[in-house]
Amino acid sequence: MNLTLKIWRQKNAKTKGKFVTYKIKNVSEDSSFLEMLDQLNEQLISENQDSVAFDKCPVAFDHDCREGICGMCGLYINGRPHGPDLGITTCQLHMRKFKDGDTIVIEPWRAKPFPLIKDLVVDRSSFDKIIQAGGFVSINTGSAQDANAILISKKNADLSMDAAACIGCGACVATCKNASAMLFVAAKVSQFALLPQGKVEAVERVKNMISTMDELGFGNCTNTYACEVECPKLISVTNIARLNREFIHAKVIAEKERQISGGF
Amino acid sequence: MTKLDAKIPEGPLHNKWSFYKSNCNLVSPANKKKFDIIVVGTGLAGASAAASLGELGYNVKAFCYQDSPRRAHSIAAQGGINAAKNYQNDGDSVYRLFYDTIKGGDYRAREGNVYRLAEVSNSIIDQCVAQGIPFARDYGGLLDNRSFGGAQVSRTFYARGQTGQQLLLGAYSSLSRQVAKGTVKLYPRQEMLNLVVADGKARGIITRNLITGEIEKHSAHAVILATGGYGNVFFLSTNAMGSNTSAIWQAYKKGAFFGNPCFTQIHPTCIPVHGEQQSKLTLMSESLRNDGRIWVPKNKEDADKLKNKTITANSIKEEDRDYYLERRYPAFGNLVPRDVASRAAKERCDAGFGVNNTGLAVYLDFENSLKKLGKHVIEERYGNLFQMYEKIVDVNPYENPMMIYPAVHYTMGGLWVDYNLMTTIPGCFSMGECNFSDHGANRLGASALMQGLADGYFVLPYTLGEYLSKELKTPKLSTDNNSFVESEKEVKTRIEKLMSIKGKHTVDHFHKLLGKIMWENCGMGRNEAGLVKGIELIKELKKEFWKDVKITGETTEFNTELEKADRLANYFELGELMMTDALNRKESCGGHFREEYQTQEGEALRDDENFTHVAAWEFSGEDKTAILNKENLEFKDIDLKQRNYK
Repeated sequence: MNLTLKIWRQKNAKTKGKFVTYKIKNVSEDSSFLEMLDQLNEQLISENQDSVAFDKCPVAFDHDCREGICGMCGLYINGRPHGPDLGITTCQLHMRKFKDGDTIVIEPWRAKPFPLIKDLVVDRSSFDKIIQAGGFVSINTGSAQDANAILISKKNADLSMDAAACIGCGACVATCKNASAMLFVAAKVSQFALLPQGKVEAVERVKNMISTMDELGFGNCTNTYACEVECPKLISVTNIARLNREFIHAKVIAEKERQISGGF
Repeated sequence: MTKLDAKIPEGPLHNKWSFYKSNCNLVSPANKKKFDIIVVGTGLAGASAAASLGELGYNVKAFCYQDSPRRAHSIAAQGGINAAKNYQNDGDSVYRLFYDTIKGGDYRAREGNVYRLAEVSNSIIDQCVAQGIPFARDYGGLLDNRSFGGAQVSRTFYARGQTGQQLLLGAYSSLSRQVAKGTVKLYPRQEMLNLVVADGKARGIITRNLITGEIEKHSAHAVILATGGYGNVFFLSTNAMGSNTSAIWQAYKKGAFFGNPCFTQIHPTCIPVHGEQQSKLTLMSESLRNDGRIWVPKNKEDADKLKNKTITANSIKEEDRDYYLERRYPAFGNLVPRDVASRAAKERCDAGFGVNNTGLAVYLDFENSLKKLGKHVIEERYGNLFQMYEKIVDVNPYENPMMIYPAVHYTMGGLWVDYNLMTTIPGCFSMGECNFSDHGANRLGASALMQGLADGYFVLPYTLGEYLSKELKTPKLSTDNNSFVESEKEVKTRIEKLMSIKGKHTVDHFHKLLGKIMWENCGMGRNEAGLVKGIELIKELKKEFWKDVKITGETTEFNTELEKADRLANYFELGELMMTDALNRKESCGGHFREEYQTQEGEALRDDENFTHVAAWEFSGEDKTAILNKENLEFKDIDLKQRNYK
């Protein structure tokens, strides 16, 4: 198939970007979306006459595993994170979802906490910072008890796994009109809230992760559920409800502790 | 020839590691703070080591080329992780896991290391559960297990089809905790391009900041490489696009020996190639072989009709299907080790019984299991894999059998290390897939995760202390030191040289050609003529590359073409060494199948008299033939037998 691509090009964070239109021919329906971009880049290199102009050089985009699990790829395609299919990452999107002659608009994730690096590449280290604030169980290597000493109901283990499936791609933030990271935070908080291992630090975890999320500039959740629709791992917004419950619980506990310790 | 000392502790096999731990030298908490440690790579091995070393009090710097440590390719491991817990009461033990691993590796791994691996496997599961990893459980709340190839017990722990993801995120969580505490500093989007050796010891690395293009110098008392495998030398593999050999290859060129480079694992169950634009291959977990049956048509006419799409798989009657693994290997059936399953698929396809329009595919069929267990059970076990298959191939695997074909997946070879996981360069360690040590000539399923975490959580934290205990008086090394300046210059010269070529063809153009040479001459079947020819072809292509590659853009910016070109430059050299090693190893063992050496039934025929050794290659200069050193493998606790899965 032959396609027209309108791609966001931007040399770096300091300069202004723009849409640049490219034509591409003979794209196989069986190619993945990223393989189509590979093909475009090969074409741009071949046509390049020793130019360093950023719109004549290959398009920069993040990708790595190309099997939908590393979370590195993420393109905003025709107004939707990871494109028109459901439950997949950009690397799993295939060209058979498009028609010959289509015009495809490709943009980076746009959110304040994800500053742009180049073209379609953004900096998502704010997600790492949220995890560093509390997305762990404090256990040092070597101090664990026997694995089967902790019994966990299959139901809770399964629900925990549903939440833990998050790949940290940032589609939830990109699609949210508020650039909220609630689904991302909810997934990690829920994973631990559902397991006995996570109980000890539950109060501190949820408070710290939420406050870090706020400090980093992510917006509030206004329950539009776009995040659930676009999540490549189909993580449910019921996790956000659980996050809210954990957060309120943490606040109540904190209030009680303040009262007991002689506060007013 | 250098005499290689593996430094295996004395004493009976089952006491070696506990003896080592009781007797190794330690570094006191106050002194740990004085040591800077560099860890390159943040997969299972790298992240678990960086986290554990941070907990111990060392100053750790963790590097990865991805945008976050959580992206490392360990994340893509699907099926599970082995441990000798014997929770299933089916006769498992540390010894049996050790035995299966040695046998699975076709008796080309080191006994001492493998026993230790089996021994610490149980602690890994304990550690991971304590971290809050949601492993699969049964209705009583206990951990569930599944079976994997090469074993007759169920010892594989799993988290749906995303075990690698969950284990990596567990290690990443522990790492993140240390980052918050300030014991570990992260350096994402940095690629190691050279190793700095001063006074014969590894003292730092040179990296390229992938955002700015700046070349950086980082100093330390020890450098730990955990950079994964080099399967991308074949261009098409199940590795991530960025997986590369650069770090270990530069270490090799600085004096680290390279062990068994030709030992490559071709995984039997991957989604077949679709066409010329294909950029990578996707694995379908080996765990699928628990419930899926592999077959091709019994009659060639049916195979031809399937190729022309005049009939479908479902229309072939049961009696006209050849379940060739069950036929050839009744004891293990569909669960034979990967090398055996891959070769059997190739044999059927070469004989003209392959399916798909290319004839290069076999069926993996769930019809029986779907009938017996019901769709909901299959969905629960493999739901995400079935979804992945459908998205890529556009065929519903609940209704039609999957089509699969072998693909490059894992490299057993890697930097030679001793029992301490130290390379032949003092202070330079190598863990996980990028070392050679534990899997011999073939790795069993669910053992890569086990090795990565064993090395990072439970082995290196001890063995590093043993090394550093002797380095207390070694001062920090300034990055202005001559060894840093020289190493930096090497990198800058190489980059300038690449950028100045301004040829006609893209990096991928050359990479695809190299991959083809490797696959045809150093893939599932190898022979002398092919290898000799292959080496010549690589040499020619390498020359062509250095004359005619075209890299656009600038060095001082985010430039993926430059990244790829530098990686490929290393792959040419590695590819040649792999072929040299394959040529030199005149026997078949595990994944290394020399067509000249096979039994009458077409099984791998080892030559224990002449090849019970590790081939450890030593760099001898640019464009010179590497020097072969041998570490003889001694088997005191296991009798060498021909592997038999019948």
